[in-house]
Amino acid sequence: MNIIEQIKEKLGNKITAVTEKNRQRYYININPKDILQTAKIISNDLGCRFATATGIDTKEGIEILYHFSHDKTGKIITLGVILKNKEKPEIESITPILKGAEWIEQEIWEMLGVNFKGHPDLKRLLLAKDWPEGNYPLRQKEQK
Amino acid sequence: MSEQKKQTVIPIGPYHPLQEEPEFFKLYVEGEKVVGLDIELGYNHRGIEKLSESKHFDQVPFLVERICGICSTSHPFAYVNAVEDLAGIDVPIRAKYIRTIIGELERLHSHLLWLGLAGHFLGYNTVWMWSWKYREPVLDILELITGNRQNYAMFKIGGVRQNIEKDDIPKIRKMCDDLIPIIDMFKGAVIDDPVIHARTKGVGILTKQEAIDFCVIGPTARACGIDIDVRRDDPYSAYPLVDWKVIVMKNGDIFDKLVVRVLEMYESAKIIKGCLTGLKKEPEGEIDAKVKTIPPGEGIGRHEAPRGEVFHYVRSDGSNRPIRHKIRAPSYMNIASNRVAAIRGTISDAAITLAAVDPCYCCTERCITIDKKTNKKIFDWEDLIKLSQEKTYFLSQAKKLKSIQKRKSK
Repeated sequence: MNIIEQIKEKLGNKITAVTEKNRQRYYININPKDILQTAKIISNDLGCRFATATGIDTKEGIEILYHFSHDKTGKIITLGVILKNKEKPEIESITPILKGAEWIEQEIWEMLGVNFKGHPDLKRLLLAKDWPEGNYPLRQKEQK
Repeated sequence: MSEQKKQTVIPIGPYHPLQEEPEFFKLYVEGEKVVGLDIELGYNHRGIEKLSESKHFDQVPFLVERICGICSTSHPFAYVNAVEDLAGIDVPIRAKYIRTIIGELERLHSHLLWLGLAGHFLGYNTVWMWSWKYREPVLDILELITGNRQNYAMFKIGGVRQNIEKDDIPKIRKMCDDLIPIIDMFKGAVIDDPVIHARTKGVGILTKQEAIDFCVIGPTARACGIDIDVRRDDPYSAYPLVDWKVIVMKNGDIFDKLVVRVLEMYESAKIIKGCLTGLKKEPEGEIDAKVKTIPPGEGIGRHEAPRGEVFHYVRSDGSNRPIRHKIRAPSYMNIASNRVAAIRGTISDAAITLAAVDPCYCCTERCITIDKKTNKKIFDWEDLIKLSQEKTYFLSQAKKLKSIQKRKSK
């Protein structure tokens, strides 16, 4: 059984859509509330390495893509969630189970204003200390 | 909090003689022992991801090339992989070989540079001077192929910008052959040296489980016994076409990180020679797939840079610009692991431990020469650019002249 079938079996009805871009790249959409459990299954049980996460400001809301690399096969499994509330986007932090996600979540927080609940230390990482509060550089509507 | 008060804080950075790039490490120490570490980043944040959204697809390689002065080809490599993944582009075989050669030449010079820095941090300045001296032939070969010592501008979506001529192949091969005894020497001078053993063995250990938790990559992960390498796991370019192996150690201390990098240089030389053999067999032909438009969609590209996996995500809406371009450099994952690696050691080991992940230092500035008597600059910035352009011009003229002579003799 290959890794994609394993993921489909383990996650079951948590998956809302699966797209196979090609043999090595898979995009799986899930509900934001399931992220912690899903990340746990994929990283701890199935042995995928957390590569990074991408935050995107789209029309539908703030989209966060968690990229996991399955190094045995070289496949990249991307978990996508959409946070519909653009005013106050919120999602559970995966840092408690994956220490490597700490800086990545901090970066998304300061660039897009996503609040990661349960993050141990949500403070400024890359932006200057005098950068205005509440101004998120990667938000599209900020461009004037 | 009461325990915290007994601790002393030693700041390293943001500007410090041991660091070439601004980063701020706050060491909490009790006596000689390091008990805590805070890392502050952001002194070099240039907003390249945002900038990338305002460039068209063909301009982005030039932009991302300037993220790092040392691994300047890793970011364009990962970016073109991402766009080719997005659009499903097949790259000509010659371009694949040339890309791989450039990538491995870069690994050679980058590892030599780190080896020098590591020697310098340990107070072993002979290694520093040697390794930087022997790095020069590698840079010369890069200049011969691309015209530049750094920022090669070789990569474009669908191929490469310059061909490797048949005449240049023996020169590159000779450089690789000449480098082997030098790596042998470093292996002897570094790996068998009792002082280096004393300073690096059992120091700054990152255990396998910690490495997995912090999601570290590249030589830092391979030194901890994690057998990952994007070049083998998710094959791209010409890596699956040549014979080489991944170097993995198991202890995770600085010594193992050193050994991994030294042994990887042998593999790089092997890959380059394999690619040259492949290139020689291939008939002269296309080095560019001539891509016209990028369809809407998303793509992920990776490249195993000297410091680990570089990760690029590109999303297109069918226009001529990416609407989102996410970049993750390897040091971003590796530097965070210092928080556990440096803690168990002493202050004197902290400098080399912090440097052992090979944090990305920029070396893009060149020197100025000043006449002491008159206090005048002998070469200023403009002169250096002129010199560099002249040298490139002469190189290209010599190349042309040779090909003319060859045609005449036929």
